[in-house]
Amino acid sequence: MLLTEIRIAGFGGQGVILAASVIGKAKSIFEGGFATMTQSFGPEARGGACSAQVILSDNPILYPYVTRPDVLITMSQEAFTRFSPELKPGGILIVEHDLVRITTLSGDVRVYSVPATRLAEELGRKMVLNIVMTGFFGAVTQLADEDSLRKAVADSVPAAFRELNRKAFDNGYKYGINLLERLADSPNGEADELISLLEV
Amino acid sequence: MQSDPRGVLTGTHFLDGDHACCEGALAAGARFASGYPITPSTEVVERFAARIPTVGGTFIQMEDELAASITLQGAVWGGAKAFTVTSGPGFSLMMEHVGYAVMTETPCVFVNVQRGGPSTGLPTLPAQADMMQARWGSHGDYQIIALCPKSPQECFDLTITAFNLAEQYRTPVFVMMDECVGHMTEKVIIPPAGQIEITPRRYTTAAPDQFQPYATGSDLVPDVPPIASGYSFHITGLTHDERGYPSMTPETQDHLVRRLQDKILNAVEKITLTEEENLNDAEVVVVSYGITSRVAQRAIDLARAKGIRAGKLRLITAWPFPDFKFRALASNGVRAFVVPELNLGQMAREVQRAAGGQSRVIPVTHAGGNVHQPEQILRAIEEALL
Amino acid sequence: MATTIDVPVPGNLVEPFLRSERIPHIWCPGCGIGTTVNCFARALLNTKKDLRKVAVVSGIGCTGRVAGYVKLDSFHTTHGRAIPFATGLKLSRPDIDVVVYSGDGDLFAIGGNHLIHAARRNINLKVICVNNLIYAMTGGQTGPATPEDAITATAPFGAYEPAFNMPQLVEAAGASYVARWTTYHVKQLERSMTEMLSHDGFSFIEVLSPCPTLYQRRNKMGDGLDAMKFYKEKSKVRHGAPTSEIGLTRDGEIVVGKFVDRQRPDYVELMRRQLREHLGERFINDGVPTCC
Repeated sequence: MLLTEIRIAGFGGQGVILAASVIGKAKSIFEGGFATMTQSFGPEARGGACSAQVILSDNPILYPYVTRPDVLITMSQEAFTRFSPELKPGGILIVEHDLVRITTLSGDVRVYSVPATRLAEELGRKMVLNIVMTGFFGAVTQLADEDSLRKAVADSVPAAFRELNRKAFDNGYKYGINLLERLADSPNGEADELISLLEV
Repeated sequence: MQSDPRGVLTGTHFLDGDHACCEGALAAGARFASGYPITPSTEVVERFAARIPTVGGTFIQMEDELAASITLQGAVWGGAKAFTVTSGPGFSLMMEHVGYAVMTETPCVFVNVQRGGPSTGLPTLPAQADMMQARWGSHGDYQIIALCPKSPQECFDLTITAFNLAEQYRTPVFVMMDECVGHMTEKVIIPPAGQIEITPRRYTTAAPDQFQPYATGSDLVPDVPPIASGYSFHITGLTHDERGYPSMTPETQDHLVRRLQDKILNAVEKITLTEEENLNDAEVVVVSYGITSRVAQRAIDLARAKGIRAGKLRLITAWPFPDFKFRALASNGVRAFVVPELNLGQMAREVQRAAGGQSRVIPVTHAGGNVHQPEQILRAIEEALL
Repeated sequence: MATTIDVPVPGNLVEPFLRSERIPHIWCPGCGIGTTVNCFARALLNTKKDLRKVAVVSGIGCTGRVAGYVKLDSFHTTHGRAIPFATGLKLSRPDIDVVVYSGDGDLFAIGGNHLIHAARRNINLKVICVNNLIYAMTGGQTGPATPEDAITATAPFGAYEPAFNMPQLVEAAGASYVARWTTYHVKQLERSMTEMLSHDGFSFIEVLSPCPTLYQRRNKMGDGLDAMKFYKEKSKVRHGAPTSEIGLTRDGEIVVGKFVDRQRPDYVELMRRQLREHLGERFINDGVPTCC
């Protein structure tokens, strides 16, 4: 696997950093690869906008920062506006369906949308939207094994919340797999959701 | 001796450098920390405050860095292994007590997670601009030991090394991290306690009436008297004789200050830790330390791919400066040393001095706030051979 | 024919507490610091404490030199930082009595922040502040306790800054034992020191003490003996006096006595209580283990 740069961005309280940490753990601890996570600090990281970066690789990572993400996950409009221009050509954009309206975007980006907040609310806990998102990320990018992601989730949350987070991951992952299937089945290669999203 | 398993979080973790540093301190046997909040280093003591009650020991948040930097020394004389952690302006405030630890030969560790300066500077962004302050920050003549980790794993490993060196040489030891390393999260492997070697305190075995607090053997390092054991010892920051008593003569001063210097300089080869690659055939050697060595590695790889005979000398020990390494390389025909660092050329000047004019020295400066682009360093490597 | 008679010299009661090999000390004739050390040694004797488990920590200045003369584990630290050093020592070895012995400039100016925070935390330290009203070691400059109108090296036309009222300040910050005496009151001072050594919590004694060389001379107040007469004449014992009423002036009344004696849980007790409540059996209450 070549070096993959991922940025996850949203607002404070969405668990952006935990999501990045789960992905980094999956790769570096449960798959024996390498991962480097960094995050924005300082006043700008307290409460408002929040962003975490994680680099995945099969070799030791030298340069620690994300410059042109291969994958951008945005969970707020502000995060989309600020970070989508950085996305690498041919990269993957993942958006929270109800929180991000895609305004402008260059043509060669693959977009996947998931109502992570709604899926989390169906489990009774909005706070697990980050793990829904992590499951969805795993399904649509295949950048980390499903199994190692599951282990990383279990390893990252308190025991009392393990079952809830397992379900959150499941729901996100299933949603992603279903979306991929619909995309494959769709005669013109695009799912209804995606089309409607881009038409906004 | 081996580490006390109570403080060792054996396993594979995904930790940032600050947290890994705290785990290193716990594994090294640190059971006391005093601190004052400052970005980007506070996470070290936040973790210590959470961990220490179930390991056994004490954390106290002091009223300022002046206090934090000497409270830990009181704890050391009480028998604990102790440390403090700071950044930027806090490091400046601690300087007098670095000198006190040097003069009283108090074994302890100061962690500095470097950020941009001068003054308040860049609180949340990295720099390596305190390297000379670590060397010379307190008044007077002295030598110091400073280690520079490049990853969370090394924040763990080198914090243990720092505690061990502090005990071995009875000196304050700096762990010179930076914001990038401190806030970067990576895999950190913590071995079982039985595999972690710990240097015990050098307690005296002499009877109280035979004991001289500052008499030494050939390694010039005195033994420590245990507190509350009838030694009635006296510790002072004044120039003192072997009894530990103030003595205001030029002779005592000369004897003491030279010993404080020589106990470290005589051991420079033992203390020096480096990471070296392709030095045998190198025409140009990239000298780096801390976070910068990762970017430098990328530049070296790019240069070698272009057929340039570039070597790597990474200083894990920044102080005492390993002059002997540079003398050997310079007389071995190295044409140039390329020195990237997140400051305006602090260690490059040392390289220049140590190379004694035999090789060119090309600083690759950066005022901090980010790390170098590997291409910047590559350009300097290419320029070195013009 | 002359006869030589061996007159038995009575042993000096406090000699075992002193590093005799370091005598003569550096203090001037008429200085009061030695008197306070004498009282302190007697107080220690009174308590019958194991002297191996008593440590003295000093800052910098004339009083800062006390640590160098007492035959105890003793630490001469940096200017103003005796209290934070002592805090670390006490927290790592709660079983040891830690006495901070320093001067007015060291404790109240450069070290003032540490003093009030240690009182707030109620760290179990015994603080003896020898107040000679000026910076003596450096040549008699204005200090935080210099009374208004007093002449000093840096106030050649008389000081005009208001001075700290020490007992009031430390009481307000949380000290649980507060007293003031002068070096004229040796018996009372010894008793107060004895009492303080058995008191739990942050304890403070101010000892007004003459500096004949720099303060007395510049202010035409005579020598050490004159200072004793002055203290005798001006002092009034008022135990329990409200500390707000006992500020010192250059020539006014000197209220002495014990002003505060109260019980507050100390830092270690508060820490242990909190951690035990939240961590239960997981809390390891061994204090700070000594290394190796």
